[in-house]
Amino acid sequence: MSEAVSALDGATFEGFAKVEETGLRGMITVRGDLASKEMSAAIKAATGAAVPAQRKVTSGDKGAVAWMSPDELLVVVDYASVNETVATMTDGLKGSHALVANVSDARAVFRVSGDSSRDVLAKLAPVDFARDAFGAGDIRRSRIAQVPAAVWGNEDGSFEVICFRSVAQYVFDVLKVSAQPGGDVGFH
Amino acid sequence: MLTLQCPYCGVWAEETELHAEGEAHLKRFGPGSDDADFESYLFMRENPKGVHFERWRHSNGCGKFFHAARCTMTLEVFGTYPAQTLEPPQDIKDKISAKQPGWSWRDFS
Ligand SMILES: [Zn+2]
Repeated sequence: MSEAVSALDGATFEGFAKVEETGLRGMITVRGDLASKEMSAAIKAATGAAVPAQRKVTSGDKGAVAWMSPDELLVVVDYASVNETVATMTDGLKGSHALVANVSDARAVFRVSGDSSRDVLAKLAPVDFARDAFGAGDIRRSRIAQVPAAVWGNEDGSFEVICFRSVAQYVFDVLKVSAQPGGDVGFH
Repeated sequence: MLTLQCPYCGVWAEETELHAEGEAHLKRFGPGSDDADFESYLFMRENPKGVHFERWRHSNGCGKFFHAARCTMTLEVFGTYPAQTLEPPQDIKDKISAKQPGWSWRDFS
């Protein structure tokens, strides 16, 4: 079997904030009735987490779950256990009108950390990144410069950006430019 | 810049996160329909100076289509509402009437 590698193989950049590609991540798109008991049972079995509320991320012992739209969730688990998680969820949603698809290799994930990480993101997305408007456990789908992306806040104050793998280099490059030394705007 | 609240994800999205998708509440005339109905379905669009109903898509966001009621002259937004409807909800119509008494748009008023 071929060796799986992430889009930029863990590329990093140190500017006035740190930008790093986080490497392989298991990601599963789930669509269906988020309010159904089959959905909450399947999500619980796969991740240990509850179904998140609108624009929230929940986490459990086996992974995290992000709210993507009124009928869509993103389940984030270890890359190695993604097939097993898909199987658990597919089984749990058998008979329901639902979709479970492994999209791990179609995406790239970046972490932006450091005191000024909010400024790095705010320069690229039309989103209110004020501390009282966006924080840990929040997710926002938007755009990073010219491409669609989702951003969520981690407990340690860092942020993670998910985008399509095909635009990984572009997103890394614009994050680098935004975090370039001398470009700190000190807004947030 | 236009800012609309997406009724599905609750985000106040500015224009670059959205895509304009034309006029709202079109009735489709497909194969087998009258030529005049088909022509008007394909080509005839409202272009008012005033109250207007549009379809938008939260394309750089949750991806859903929704409707918006706004004024093309003042750029005031009266409200947004889900796309699973054949006409604007009463509360939106009431808001428009409060601001612009006597308004009408196609069959709505
Ligand atoms: Zn939305």
